[in-house]
Amino acid sequence: MPLDPTFVGRSYPPTPVYQVGREKIREFAAAIGDANPAYIDLEAARALGYSDLVAPPTFAIVLSMRAAHQVVMDPALGLDYSRVVHGDQRFTYTRPIVAGDELSVVVTVEKIRSMAGNEVITTRGDISTPDGELVCSAYSTLVARGPEAAT
Amino acid sequence: MTTYVSYDEVEVGQSLPTRSFPLTRADLVRYAGASGDFNPIHWNARSATGAGLPDVIAHGMVTMAIAARVVTDWIGDPGAIVEYSVRFIRPVVVPDDGSGTAIEVEGVVAEKLDDGQVRLDLTARVAGEKILGMARATVRLS
Repeated sequence: MPLDPTFVGRSYPPTPVYQVGREKIREFAAAIGDANPAYIDLEAARALGYSDLVAPPTFAIVLSMRAAHQVVMDPALGLDYSRVVHGDQRFTYTRPIVAGDELSVVVTVEKIRSMAGNEVITTRGDISTPDGELVCSAYSTLVARGPEAAT
Repeated sequence: MTTYVSYDEVEVGQSLPTRSFPLTRADLVRYAGASGDFNPIHWNARSATGAGLPDVIAHGMVTMAIAARVVTDWIGDPGAIVEYSVRFIRPVVVPDDGSGTAIEVEGVVAEKLDDGQVRLDLTARVAGEKILGMARATVRLS
């Protein structure tokens, strides 16, 4: 079933504030097997000039994916989430996310299209502080593979 | 910001150290928990095959995170990345055989930009086959 094209351009209200915790950053770094001291050791992060532990570059997905669920789980969109795979991902950073950040995400539907029997949606999540400082934008393309589509 | 590598000393065509990263089912479960992405195709074979996949596949984001390590280990300061993008062009099957799979990642300096920035192109392979397309990171060097 094609996705509802009227979702394109739609923005959602800011998500509740997410507080970035030191232990969450350490847990995420451990999960990707990355022992970079900036993720783990406060002194190492401060020596690089940061106020607190630095989050790995892809940590932003923790916030943006949760926010994008507002869109992709909306039954009116018509996305079969059980057939969804991640098509592509892009992050642009104004600065890295650090522990202690309080961040909220505004999701906008950038693009919807059908390609070779697959339904494809691209969302942008703008991750900002409550003061309105844009920290990171996360662009995610999800592909719902059609029953006839090649894997 | 302090990077190991300085803008002045890098040259287009320069290779980053190539690395191999193992990936097991346990890693996927751990990533699911840490990231909050509990899509069962990443840990449950029944769900994966039911969705038409050959077996459990890695989260695309795990592969993206792993590929970034070639960059962040090279520059030292992970906060020096200003843009990072990939296409997930091939699912990474992670068999339930105790040893899993391995992702080979190489990187090259593709372009020197203005403002101390450098574009790096990454190649990630599993068993010789590319799993990421257009994998690019832009970093700001000291």
